Amino acid sequence: MTYSMTMKMKPFLPFVISRATNITLMRNIMFKNWPHIPIVFRTLHQSDVLQNATIAEPISRPAGKHTVTLVPGDGVGPELMGGVREVFKAAGVPVEFEEVFISEISPNISASLNTVLDSFRRNKVGLKGIIKTPTTFKGGALQTLNMRIRRELDLFANVVLVRSIPGFQTRHNNLDFIIIREQTEGEYSALEHESVKGVIESLKIVTRKNSMRIAKFAFDYAMRHGRNKVTAVHKANIMKLGDGLFIQCCEEVAKMYPKIKFETMIIDNCCMQMVSNPYQFDVMVMPNLYGDIVDNLAAGLVGGAGVVPGECYSTSVAVFEQGARHSYAEAVGKNIANPTATLLASCNMLKHLHLEYHSKLIEDTVLKVIKGGKITTQDMGGYSSTTDFINAVVHSLP
Amino acid sequence: MSATFRYRLGHKYFLKAKSLLPQLLTTEDSAGSVSMCYESKRQYVWAPHLYQAQEEAVAKYGGRHTVTLMTGDGVGPELLSHVQEIFRYAGAPIDFEIVEINASTNTPKDMENALLSVKRNGVALKGNIETKFDDPSFKSMNLALRTKLDLFASIVKCKSIPGIPVRHQDVDCVLIRENTEGEYRQLEHENVPGVVESLKIITAAKSLKIAKFAFDYAVQHERKKVTAIHKANIMKLGDGLFLQCCKEVSKEYPNIDFNDLIIDNASMQMVSRPSQFDVLLMPNLYGNILGNIACGLIGGAGVAAGMNIGDKYAVFESGTRNSGRSLKNKNIANPTGILLASCDMLTYLGHSDHAKIIRESVLTVISDKQIRTPDIGGTSTTMDFIKAIIDDIRPKTLAWVKYCRLIMLNNCSG
Repeated sequence: MTYSMTMKMKPFLPFVISRATNITLMRNIMFKNWPHIPIVFRTLHQSDVLQNATIAEPISRPAGKHTVTLVPGDGVGPELMGGVREVFKAAGVPVEFEEVFISEISPNISASLNTVLDSFRRNKVGLKGIIKTPTTFKGGALQTLNMRIRRELDLFANVVLVRSIPGFQTRHNNLDFIIIREQTEGEYSALEHESVKGVIESLKIVTRKNSMRIAKFAFDYAMRHGRNKVTAVHKANIMKLGDGLFIQCCEEVAKMYPKIKFETMIIDNCCMQMVSNPYQFDVMVMPNLYGDIVDNLAAGLVGGAGVVPGECYSTSVAVFEQGARHSYAEAVGKNIANPTATLLASCNMLKHLHLEYHSKLIEDTVLKVIKGGKITTQDMGGYSSTTDFINAVVHSLP
Repeated sequence: MSATFRYRLGHKYFLKAKSLLPQLLTTEDSAGSVSMCYESKRQYVWAPHLYQAQEEAVAKYGGRHTVTLMTGDGVGPELLSHVQEIFRYAGAPIDFEIVEINASTNTPKDMENALLSVKRNGVALKGNIETKFDDPSFKSMNLALRTKLDLFASIVKCKSIPGIPVRHQDVDCVLIRENTEGEYRQLEHENVPGVVESLKIITAAKSLKIAKFAFDYAVQHERKKVTAIHKANIMKLGDGLFLQCCKEVSKEYPNIDFNDLIIDNASMQMVSRPSQFDVLLMPNLYGNILGNIACGLIGGAGVAAGMNIGDKYAVFESGTRNSGRSLKNKNIANPTGILLASCDMLTYLGHSDHAKIIRESVLTVISDKQIRTPDIGGTSTTMDFIKAIIDDIRPKTLAWVKYCRLIMLNNCSG
């Protein structure tokens, strides 16, 4: 059998036989000749493992396409971004950063919102730290800077990749699920007013258009990453119209994806399930505020804000950041922040840029350093500083 | 007498359709299903941008598209795997959702899955699915796809590629064909034993739509002339209606020449003096035949790209829609057609720079490097051809990486 297969494949031998793209061909040949053998190949876009296994050399986008907007953000953001730059330089990543500093708490040295938006629109891809928002309201616009950036760029989808890090023990291990959150409307619409004295109305907006869009995004994301199940989280038992509309839209979209299982869960139950049995989740989709809470909850399960990467998408722009959005201002200058989340987010960014080779290179190295157990930051139970960690990654690069 | 009556009847319908014309040209269906949104002010966008409905239909996140890849029969799977390979090297921001569909997976469920996939992603690249014509119960899946997705227009661009040994070097025409009605409605029945009636359907609505599409295309792509192809001397009502619709629409485009030709004459002209044609506008079957003639003129089934465009969705395939069963797994099939189709797809999705890189490389390899498959007078295998294209693409995309490595080396040594 092996012999005849080799003969069959012979015309393709001079060319790359190990490439994932030829698997389609191989599968056809195998299916034709040995229909009784179950074939378990998965296609290029479906499996991270296979994709990484077959990346042999750097494939890039056309020249001049690699400029990426870098918004360092507040708190430990600038330190961590410095670390990313160092690792990128050491790994020879063909990416040039266009750094724009914007901040709400230090407006004097901040660039204008338009500068940031222009940069994102021009480069289409960005790496972003967290911009701290003051909680006290001193008048002026209700929308925070983060919200305005999202609204202006129409970054409607937020994805948080919750994945246990091998070698880093937490209460639950081997977790791997994805939380997708609508982030332009809902409770974050910034529509609040005092109708009569002492009574505040805060409006939560749910629109059909945006709900359909986020539901389709979630299912498309699940298809693209070979996931099997989408769970929609809601509170339609109380907000029968608002969340009801959201669930209705999800159900409608689910009909277009017969291969993906769809189920719904009420937010309170979802939170309980997540801390007791998080293994049941695969891809989760939810409106804005629930997403915020569940993101942080899930990040806590696998080790906190320092290890969970996230990404935001509009149709044309992708912004990569930490999954749980905390600027960690207390740690500024202490050199104790954990750069894992930012590094993993930057790896996802490279993957998005079709630089799978570099992405895998850095991701593997980061995971190797953590698995080694010698160099971990305080939040992971170690004693190393941010710079120690970055240096360890740089020196462990193959 | 009765013929006159019938003609009057036809004319009455036409007048009715004509009275609907302004409405057809401006209304947008609020339900958003089949909308004929042809406001003359709005450009026909499938070049750099898409129509609203088309834009909403495509799955695009963070600048990357997901595209359905229907493998088809014959050489489809292998050619499409080459397309993926080349996309990878060109760095095209496309992810493929692979749908295995061919003549052996002919259940309604397979078809349903494929349709859903195109509806999800808005765009598909497709190898041709074989239709068994010896089995009357076997419905053409290609046809089902076109009708269910309402891909009303088929476009085949025929342009001579320098270096391919053919008789005419100056072919540059675009064949636009009505894709959903005419002879392809599959309305056939046997009234009495031995007599089969096969119905050809021409409607004013669809004829006006395709005519409008063709003229818009001509404006958009700076073409000068639109030629309507018909057989109205024999099918006075059916093709007559089509021709009338074309004439009606042509009045709205004074800058574009319009003439009409009868199909038999057009075929003759096509093989004797093809340079006279610019944009050709045809009902379904004539488009099929004339399209194949034109593809034959520029080098055969392997080199022509085709696309099917609807209000919401678009499916890209090879120009002559054949599956190439005899070439399967022989490593001699010509991938030019499907590659050019995939470039059209990239352009449709707005990635025109990637499309340009791939298209230029394909043409360079054929014309300058003279690496060609046997069907266009070469001796190379498909793999050699693909490898040559990749070698041509790599310097264009890897320049930046090399530059960075150089900097890194300098830093290390310094």
